[in-house]
Amino acid sequence: MNKNLPKWVDLGLIPLLTLALAFAVSGLVVLSIGQDPIEVVTVMVNGALCNPATNSSCFSGIGHTLYFTTNFIFTGLAVAVAFHARLFNIGGEGQAGIAGVGVALVMLSYDWPHWSIALVVGTLAAMAFGAAWAAIPAYLQAKRGSHIVITTIMFNLIATAIIGYLLVGPMQAEGSLPESPSFPDAAALPTMHDMFGWFGLAFDKNAPANISFVLAIIAAVGVWVLIWKTRLGYEMRAFGHSEKAAVYAGISPLKITMIAMLLSGALSGLMAVNTVQGEAERLLLGSVEGAGFIGIAVALMGRSHPVGVVLAAFLFGILTQGGAELQFALGIPAEMITVIQALIIMFTGSLENLVRIPLEKVFIRAGKGATS
Amino acid sequence: MSETTTNAGRLDAVAPAIELNGISKAFGPVQANKDISMTVAKGAIHGIVGENGAGKSTLMSILYGFYKADSGSIKIDGVPTTINDSHDAIAAGIGMVHQHFMLVDNFTVLENVVLGAEEGATLGPSLRKARKELKRLADEYELDVNPDALIEDISVGFQQRVEILKALYRQAEILILDEPTGVLTPDEADHLFRILRNLKEQGKTIVIITHKLREIMDVTDSVSVMRRGEMTKTIATSTTSPEDLAEAMVGRRVLLEVDKKPAEVGETVMQIKGLSVTDVHGVKRLKDVSFELKRGEILGIAGVAGNGQSELLEVISGIGAATSGEILMNGEAIDISPKANAGMRRERGISHVPEDRHQRGLVMPFMTWENTAFGYHNEPKYSGKFGLANQKYMKQDAREKMERFDVRPPIPQLVASHFSGGNQQKIVLAREIEHNPDVLLIGQPTRGVDIGAIEFIHQQIVNLRDAGKAILLVSVELDEIQALSDRILVMFDGVIQGERLPENTNEGELGLLMAGVDPEANS
Repeated sequence: MNKNLPKWVDLGLIPLLTLALAFAVSGLVVLSIGQDPIEVVTVMVNGALCNPATNSSCFSGIGHTLYFTTNFIFTGLAVAVAFHARLFNIGGEGQAGIAGVGVALVMLSYDWPHWSIALVVGTLAAMAFGAAWAAIPAYLQAKRGSHIVITTIMFNLIATAIIGYLLVGPMQAEGSLPESPSFPDAAALPTMHDMFGWFGLAFDKNAPANISFVLAIIAAVGVWVLIWKTRLGYEMRAFGHSEKAAVYAGISPLKITMIAMLLSGALSGLMAVNTVQGEAERLLLGSVEGAGFIGIAVALMGRSHPVGVVLAAFLFGILTQGGAELQFALGIPAEMITVIQALIIMFTGSLENLVRIPLEKVFIRAGKGATS
Repeated sequence: MSETTTNAGRLDAVAPAIELNGISKAFGPVQANKDISMTVAKGAIHGIVGENGAGKSTLMSILYGFYKADSGSIKIDGVPTTINDSHDAIAAGIGMVHQHFMLVDNFTVLENVVLGAEEGATLGPSLRKARKELKRLADEYELDVNPDALIEDISVGFQQRVEILKALYRQAEILILDEPTGVLTPDEADHLFRILRNLKEQGKTIVIITHKLREIMDVTDSVSVMRRGEMTKTIATSTTSPEDLAEAMVGRRVLLEVDKKPAEVGETVMQIKGLSVTDVHGVKRLKDVSFELKRGEILGIAGVAGNGQSELLEVISGIGAATSGEILMNGEAIDISPKANAGMRRERGISHVPEDRHQRGLVMPFMTWENTAFGYHNEPKYSGKFGLANQKYMKQDAREKMERFDVRPPIPQLVASHFSGGNQQKIVLAREIEHNPDVLLIGQPTRGVDIGAIEFIHQQIVNLRDAGKAILLVSVELDEIQALSDRILVMFDGVIQGERLPENTNEGELGLLMAGVDPEANS
């Protein structure tokens, strides 16, 4: 596939060009609703990164962007890990949702004395519940051949129903709102404001970004080590390329399918540490907010590589936060930002050859004679 | 390159059926065809030989309109012709029988013949016309096939006839056959050649692409040799020999015979007893197969593809499970239930060079150093600190294996798909042989491998035998079985149809066994 192209073109230039194309088409869409694309971009970038015009701290925008980025890193890594074993985990939404239930259960079950312990326990609970929610589709795929795309989608719906039931029933706090009681104060995770404070630096006090971002970066490094440095990752990649080859090598398809999906579910689940434990500090309805699906786009755009996933997650973080600003500042409907996201997904995911094939021709022509 | 006319003693006044002039075609940086000129006389059988990747198929695909040449021209019957797609080719009277048949399995023979050549809105008239035409063709060319049989119910030999009928039904005057005998028994191949000679008698022109030099000698009037995209030689078949052709293909003298001493057979390593396999559809693939394998021998399993050889390899290598029977390794039973896996076999000293190198033997996007440990990757020598893989050792190990097995280029970082078929096979062989197994299972060791590499691979197999290892060789190439084996088993329909010693048998007898006939039963 990338035989004819240098690595920097394959991994750098092509994504950038497809992105540019997506933005160009988005610009036309913006024009069509009578807005100025330049102004839209300015509002989005200022809103998502840093807005010197507003009086409040410059870190408000980035604090929100990083919060969303954290979610997308987790869900993007989840899709990427499964994808290396050629499993398409569409169930990030449900896995993250159920992980939220797990986090809420352990947070409410004990009066945790310190945030560090709460972080460890919350992380473990999120991973365990996310993995458990992925386990059944994984087993059905490996043993019965039930297509994982179908089963994970169904499990998203089941998860939504379960969470809805819990929040108006057993886990509901006093009052009429569908939400759980708040977690103990001591269990609250450090926000970016707190963390910057440790080093005497300033950060917006109200931004939701928290220590989970660090967890996400650690997870990305962990996934990189797993996929490219361990024998398990080697087996997953072999299985992903050819199941027949895997069986020939004595690798059990059942084992790899289960492990890949459990890891994927655990990674999706980690998102709950950010949203439920770090930000809301209680379980709310719809706390996943589509991040599970955006993870698919993130993994696709990031080529299932952790570095790519982190970068793509940041891009989608900017879009999400910038989109909110757009609505606030210019009254552009939030659906507009969904259109732009869809364009990016379409261009990076399925229209990549628009850019790739002409580039390959250019490079073959240029490279003729130089290298064979 | 000069144009060589291979007019097999015919009148010069008749325009040649095919005339290619200066055909060139590049795929990216790869020049698949370089300035190729070729002339095929009307009513001749013309062979094209060459190694994999020499450009034979590209050339024929240009003639059939699958690819468009970058430069050059084509004349059919002396008329300049532009062929942009297969419709143009058919209109010009060219028919092609592909290596992998293009038939609809759940259609009848008749429906397949008509497919794409239907006339009118309803099928009835076309089918009636085709039925009449098929009968005529069958009488004329020994091309009998039951027009109402479903494709999935007839043998590959008959399926191939359907492909030929399809072409003839479309009024083909020129027939191109790509590796036509790859899936046929020797008997079926003989029948095919009779058909081709009949067609020739009727003035049809035939181009046959093959890598089997013996077939070229048997059936063609003239032959062209291709090497690295160029046509190196075109010659009348009667004035050449297999050795000369091989040399022209490879560019150096090639040993076609395998150089080996008599086997020094030792004690039995593996016993197969009453092995049976029933697949998921309830079809018996392997029926009560029993044999023994001894140290220091090469046991060859001959047979047409699809007669249970693959299942036999899968069960012994641990990829598939047996329904019943047992396998003893050094007198000890091994687990052949679905719970076992290929890794357990490797631990018992059974290594496996699989038939399908692309899907099984190698992970194509993996680098060579990842592939040379594949299947053995859990061995302690490959594990490093903190449970991570010891990539430094894996690379060094790969480099050593590549050097010992003459893999070119010897670069461990290269991805498997970058290598030629022969070098890919050497990578698999290096991995399995260097593991020093007691038993080596080899399926189709030289499928898709160039002649130069075949010589090397055969020598490695013989060396392993001489080192006292037991080798089970499965191949659909009868020549290969005869050249390498110390003992031959023939499989037909999941059964061992007979056992022969290579020195006491011949191709005719083996061919009958491969077709399910026991010559001794009748005599």
